[in-house]
Amino acid sequence: MKPAVRTGSHYITGDVACAEGAIAAGCRFFGAYPITPATEVAEHMAERLPDVGGTFIQMEDEIAAIASILGASWTGVKTMTATSGPGFSLMMENLGLGVCTETPCVIVNVQRTGPSTGLPTQTGQGDMMQARWGSHGDYELIAIAPSSPQDCFYHTILAFNLSEKYRVPVLVMADEIVGHMSEKVVIPDAKEITLVSRPKPKGRKDRFRLYEPGPNGVAPMPAIGEGYNVHVTGLTHDERGYPSMTVEAQEQMMARLKGKIRNNLDDIIHTEEYLMEDADIVIVSYGISVRTGLTAVDEARKLGYKAGLFRLITVWPFPEGRIKALAKKVKAFVVPELNLGQIRREVERCAFGRAPAIGVPHCGGWVHDPDDILKTIKEAAR
Amino acid sequence: MKPEERVEERNPIEDFLRMDRIPHIWCPGCGIGTVVTSFAEAMKKSELDLDKVAVVSGIGCTGRVAGYVKFDSFHTTHGRAIPFATGLKLANPELKVVVFSGDGDIAGIGGNHFIHAARRNMDILVICVNNFNYAMTGGQVAATTPLTANLSTAPFGNFEYPFNLAYLADACGATYVARWTSLHIRRVTKSIQEALAKRGFSFIEVITPCVTLYARRNRLGDGLNLLKYYYDKSEMKHGADTRTVDIDFQGKIIVGKFVDKDKPTFLECMNTHLQKTLGDKYVPYGVKP
Repeated sequence: MKPAVRTGSHYITGDVACAEGAIAAGCRFFGAYPITPATEVAEHMAERLPDVGGTFIQMEDEIAAIASILGASWTGVKTMTATSGPGFSLMMENLGLGVCTETPCVIVNVQRTGPSTGLPTQTGQGDMMQARWGSHGDYELIAIAPSSPQDCFYHTILAFNLSEKYRVPVLVMADEIVGHMSEKVVIPDAKEITLVSRPKPKGRKDRFRLYEPGPNGVAPMPAIGEGYNVHVTGLTHDERGYPSMTVEAQEQMMARLKGKIRNNLDDIIHTEEYLMEDADIVIVSYGISVRTGLTAVDEARKLGYKAGLFRLITVWPFPEGRIKALAKKVKAFVVPELNLGQIRREVERCAFGRAPAIGVPHCGGWVHDPDDILKTIKEAAR
Repeated sequence: MKPEERVEERNPIEDFLRMDRIPHIWCPGCGIGTVVTSFAEAMKKSELDLDKVAVVSGIGCTGRVAGYVKFDSFHTTHGRAIPFATGLKLANPELKVVVFSGDGDIAGIGGNHFIHAARRNMDILVICVNNFNYAMTGGQVAATTPLTANLSTAPFGNFEYPFNLAYLADACGATYVARWTSLHIRRVTKSIQEALAKRGFSFIEVITPCVTLYARRNRLGDGLNLLKYYYDKSEMKHGADTRTVDIDFQGKIIVGKFVDKDKPTFLECMNTHLQKTLGDKYVPYGVKP
């Protein structure tokens, strides 16, 4: 029997690293539907899961793929699916079911350019707002953006850990370049990887209430078949999990769904800062755009500009507090992203007029030329 | 009579229901409750470990079944009960997974999942309560509505050909296919019992009156009338060729057990195949490396 964690140094794509991260995190059920540029995640899972006692199934569409991982998650197993824009759109309704029923699972979106079929084999970051608001109704979830194959490995583990801890679907918002590029990926020893599992209920089964929150606002989650006779519904429900069609029940449920995320932001939000101590022009970026952004920062520094980079690893929930604080002391934010300004607007909202948020829009298909970002830094410094 | 002399009044299927959620929302005369009773009776007679039974519903009148039965139960999204159930079954093969939903949910919006689960011979039982219309939303035309029947989105009568669900399930590979009306209480119970004892994709269709919408709009009388009418119009033909069991508006309804065969399930196929091709390398599900 092979070890589940392939400790060592590898030269692999982001998609494969994502799959390896999932297996290292303990994912043992994967349901998906082929779609470029995420197919390789499924291909690798199909090959790897039989080695480690897991189950792979290629479902009939992405709606079925996400439905299958939600179902499987209730048996106590860690589950994942992977897709790209069009499939992500199809998953939106059941993403809401996952949020509402507090079902841990990980959804990888290797983004391509849209709208519609767009540029299937080329990169984009146009699904960032869909990740936040794509399913109907108000809700909170977690989205993470990897910038490299190495990130794909670690961030998929992070996604599983947050998903299990907070009982919420977690999105890994990669993109075609991160997914398809091959780079060195170091996989550590299994015992060096921290894994989190969902809280399990204790105490008498007949007194168990499915959504009675624990200390951090998250309710313990039993597995199906353990005799808890749970009822799980996408209808507005009370703490027993029973449907309750009242304004009060809706308010209570929403407070719980929102609270468990909003009250734990320090634990959920991961960011990185580069040359930020004295920076007055701050690039805010995520995913592949971080890497072009870093080149632009280095170039700008050579020219004497005080540029720095604030990297969003967790994009949702958005690090509002940090942007707010930075807005008081910096001259401007520069936001390069492979869309026409989705996260730029979020930065602008949090800066609250104290510093401008200048976009470096790109319609997708390829990454920014660092010179374009540098040009914007120069303009912002004026 | 003194209170202590009274015989305790207890519903015989109480153990299988979430009594704290009763009364249910179904209309008087609706057949869904009867099918739930048959299901509970079948469960009682089965030798299954009831903790290992999961019931999955989609959306609609029948979609509410999951909320009333005392098993691990899921009320999912419209049409997606079958893929959700697929995940449950594959991730915990010990479970007996039953999908309990309506015709709109299973054959309309969820039709794609239905045919693929049958094709894979996924080891689940699908109980489809067919009332010929979308009832929860107020009586719209469905993929099962017989020709000429009148519904709110077919105000001049239906002119679309309906599905013959038994034929569809059979053609896609289901290993057990039966159809009854909701007045065939013992037959439905027996069919559920048989299907629960089987491995593979089982499909039981139960024709049920929708009194409030379908019956009223088509002037078919009250619940009892229609219940009896369907029963009287049914003709039992076990093993009937499913191609011949179409349902016409107020015509005869062929009922019976149409298909009962055995073939390896998805999981059996997967395990056999991977063991054959991978040998010792293959770690069956649930074994920790």
